[in-house]
Amino acid sequence: MTDDRALIARLLGPSEPELSCEGCFEALDRYVEAQLAGHDADRLVPGMAAHLEGCPACRDDRDSLAAWLKIT
Amino acid sequence: MIVAVPSSSPDVPVTLAAPDPASRAWLQRLRGTGAERDGAIGELHELLMAAARHEVHRRAGGARGDLDDLVRQSADDALVAILRKLDDFRGESRFTTWAYKFALLEAGVKTRRRAWHDREVALDADAWSRIADRGDTPDQDAETRELLGAIGTAIERTLTPHQRQVLVAITLDDVPIDVLAERLGSTRGAVYKTLHDARRKLRAELAAGGHGR
Repeated sequence: MTDDRALIARLLGPSEPELSCEGCFEALDRYVEAQLAGHDADRLVPGMAAHLEGCPACRDDRDSLAAWLKIT
Repeated sequence: MIVAVPSSSPDVPVTLAAPDPASRAWLQRLRGTGAERDGAIGELHELLMAAARHEVHRRAGGARGDLDDLVRQSADDALVAILRKLDDFRGESRFTTWAYKFALLEAGVKTRRRAWHDREVALDADAWSRIADRGDTPDQDAETRELLGAIGTAIERTLTPHQRQVLVAITLDDVPIDVLAERLGSTRGAVYKTLHDARRKLRAELAAGGHGR
């Protein structure tokens, strides 16, 4: 049932306004820095959270940048 | 709805509002000439290589193969993109953070495409019926069963064959968007826009049919 709920979420995506993939990449550096600094990154970049919910590729890029900044 | 990136916001921390001294130095050297610029490019390439190496090896897991080539190609492509877009850097992050995202993107895309190189991507617009089939298992609650059935119907009624292909490949078959974009001769942004439009149609159809989320 959890799998079905997850599938439904993937099929329908976020309903909130979201950035495009290009917009996400453009803002990714300041979004991740703000997150790591404990700032309200979602308020700083409206539409980013919804896009990261809907786009697995950009979510992956966010995770990669955050992980790399933590070890450098 | 796709929205534009805000260039600034009232709550932007002061430290993110202007280039820091180290970032300004990077820009000055990369916009310089001769040995100064060459040195900066060499240092930047080393940083990009380190980020790409970490990312390629992390994603490849224990896989062997010519990862060094993948690392170098990622760093080289990232460097070209960075130098081409240098004027786009607005100092809203550290310069190195801005630069790293190019290397990590290249490394991620190249590694995903390499992992799928020999795998077939079935672009079956009619495979959506698998969604309807899932809506008939004993351990589902009635609401989930009904919603899955309604989604299957909405896919059949409202989506184009291309939208169905993209939706099925990404959400059912877990095909990475970059891999799908390559197979379709498209871009990540264009493929995601197709997915976004398909999802919007589905939500509208479900809402019209009285199916809230």
